[in-house]
Amino acid sequence: MSPTTAATLETPPTTRHTKRHLLSSADLDRDQIKAILDTAAEMHTVQSREVKKLPTLRGRTVVNLFFEDSTRTRSSFEIAGKWLSADVINVSAKGSSTSKGESLRDTVLTIAAMGVDALVIRHSASGAAHQVAQWVDAHVVNAGDGMHEHPTQALLDAYSMQQRLGDLEGRHVAIVGDLTHSRVVRSNLITLRTLGAKVTLVAPPTLMPSGIGAWAASDGFELSHDLDAVLPTADAVMMLRVQRERMSGGFFPTAREYTVGYGLTRPRLETLTRANPDAVICHPGPMNRGLEIAADAADAAQSLVLDQVSAGVAVRMSVLYHLLSGEETQS
Amino acid sequence: MSMLLVKGADLVGAGAQDLLVTDGVITEVGSIASAKGADVLDADGLVALPGLVDLHTHLREPGREDAETIESGSGAAAVGGYTAVLAMANTSPVTDTAEAAERILDLGRATGLVDVVPVGAVTKGLEGAELAELGLMHRSRAGVTVFSDDGKCVYDARVMRRALEYVRAFGGVVSQHAQDPHLAGPQACAHEGELSGRLGLPGWPGVAEESIVARDVMLARHTGSRVHVAHVSTAATVEVVRWAKAQGIDVTAEVTPHHLVLTTDLLTGYDPVYKVNPPLRPQSDVDALRAALADGTLDAVATDHAPHARHDKEHAFVDAAFGMLGLETALSVVSDVMVRSDLLDWAGVARVMSANPARIAGLTGHGRPLAVGEPANLTLVDPDATVTVDRSASMSLSRNNPWHGRTMRGAVHATVLRGRLTAQKGAVA
Repeated sequence: MSPTTAATLETPPTTRHTKRHLLSSADLDRDQIKAILDTAAEMHTVQSREVKKLPTLRGRTVVNLFFEDSTRTRSSFEIAGKWLSADVINVSAKGSSTSKGESLRDTVLTIAAMGVDALVIRHSASGAAHQVAQWVDAHVVNAGDGMHEHPTQALLDAYSMQQRLGDLEGRHVAIVGDLTHSRVVRSNLITLRTLGAKVTLVAPPTLMPSGIGAWAASDGFELSHDLDAVLPTADAVMMLRVQRERMSGGFFPTAREYTVGYGLTRPRLETLTRANPDAVICHPGPMNRGLEIAADAADAAQSLVLDQVSAGVAVRMSVLYHLLSGEETQS
Repeated sequence: MSMLLVKGADLVGAGAQDLLVTDGVITEVGSIASAKGADVLDADGLVALPGLVDLHTHLREPGREDAETIESGSGAAAVGGYTAVLAMANTSPVTDTAEAAERILDLGRATGLVDVVPVGAVTKGLEGAELAELGLMHRSRAGVTVFSDDGKCVYDARVMRRALEYVRAFGGVVSQHAQDPHLAGPQACAHEGELSGRLGLPGWPGVAEESIVARDVMLARHTGSRVHVAHVSTAATVEVVRWAKAQGIDVTAEVTPHHLVLTTDLLTGYDPVYKVNPPLRPQSDVDALRAALADGTLDAVATDHAPHARHDKEHAFVDAAFGMLGLETALSVVSDVMVRSDLLDWAGVARVMSANPARIAGLTGHGRPLAVGEPANLTLVDPDATVTVDRSASMSLSRNNPWHGRTMRGAVHATVLRGRLTAQKGAVA
């Protein structure tokens, strides 16, 4: 793909994202994903310039409405908006709804009434972005809703993997860890399957979402409780964060037992590398070094962890651009 | 002397008759040309049922009068064809004393549209630890007979056992909200299955209900007591109840109108109007519940009418309040899914919506046959009326109506409480 100049980025994209919002990874078909990732590649080249700012979204207002703390995702969206010259406002609404008697709808309408072009929503409850999209005129971007989805994470993961592996069609991606509580896995499943990748989910049965067997059968992905059996055929291994408090929920007995069964340990890193020297390692962060991923694996040459962070800004610039540019500007 | 002549109603599906009511009592049944001084209610083409009885209503007063009051809820009940409703105890303060129960009784009488029968809490403050003053509530003017911690399960088996034993002395019954709080915790809000997994909503597995019902029927057998299962939602719970009845265990069970129709796939859009406890289940459970209501395994339809203010529903799904309206639509739902499909005839509807709930709650003045000498509590149903539910046209103060926009066949035309018309054509009379 050939990077175009900033001038073309100021004109409306030719393959526009057809929906008003990005709520679920299922909102995007293969062509739309490719268009977003292509634009992201252009945005990525801008990041290496001395002057990073594009005038594309000048005069537009993007509000990052975060009901849940997330330094990395919020910063990533903030930088993305600013490099597109949008006015970006961060609103931390943690605990502002239920605890103060204000409904989610009240909170969101209050922000929207200030004149907002896009709302980037992070919420600890699944479905929150979907609900918000029904209440406001602004474009809504789901920046993570509970245990449901995180579509820009899946896009940046696909982008990072593509950078190293090329087209993901037919590539084998293993996603390992706490699948039950992960929004990353739900979005990645959709995006990776849409791009034609083969996906295997690996976890102990207690950390797999309910009904996963039927889901796997209908959506065409694999399930395994045996990481060692999956690793030799993997082109990419995505390790998910495992929260230590899950132990008290009886999801697994001890951290040590988890690591032995499902961690990307040094021996497993060797297995992976031996079988496929080009295989890559992803982690959405923040990492529990020593629990789900050994330090050697996190810092290995195959690790995409920092690439993912850098790609995150480019992908989010692309998403904002596809949603917001080319619209009639308000007179 | 007040007289009401109901002309030409089909009495519980057994043929058209005229019915004369004098001072609240049915005094004549047959062909009655006219009665001097009587108000006449033309019921040609209508089916007359004994007044409906709801075992499970939340009226929110005292405590949440912005969501519902005893007056507004009574209006919704009358419009829905009810002549008696059991008002659940999870108000603020909780109905766990004789004084609290009498207060609800008195507020109901002051409105006078429906007999408001207080349900007493099983445990103090619904805390599940110490028994509430069950005997004093029963001895009060309210004569409380049904006890429930509804909204919460009486989870401690020892407390449940003692409650079952204790109320036996005065013919009381415990209505159990069956939910193992460890298998379905406070966040649990969606039927645990493939969809909850996809949506990332905390699962509420059927076994959290089934395991408690299985335990409770064994406790009922052990103590020789009677137990009632509130809002049965799964096919396996039906199997447990069916087995228990076959063993001769004294168990009764109710099902809500929404669990007879609405399914878990409605949660796809995360609309909290469909958030209810127990949650909506898959179609296979719905089918089993309908069959069990038809064959008598489930004894009663109970609404679990649960009004909520808008601001308690307009939260993210897991944060929103549980519950949906039901009083005004229950008869139409049962007519539409049970009568039209021949799973129940009108006598069957009278059984599950009036006679059985009245018997379970020990209400001697309700659920009676339409015969001379019986109290004139009547629900007149137009079996052919087609209604499209409009949430804004409701007597309830709340609008969390999952039936909004749905069209159903069969509607309540009028309600008569002891000879007095309380509602007609969707409005309080």
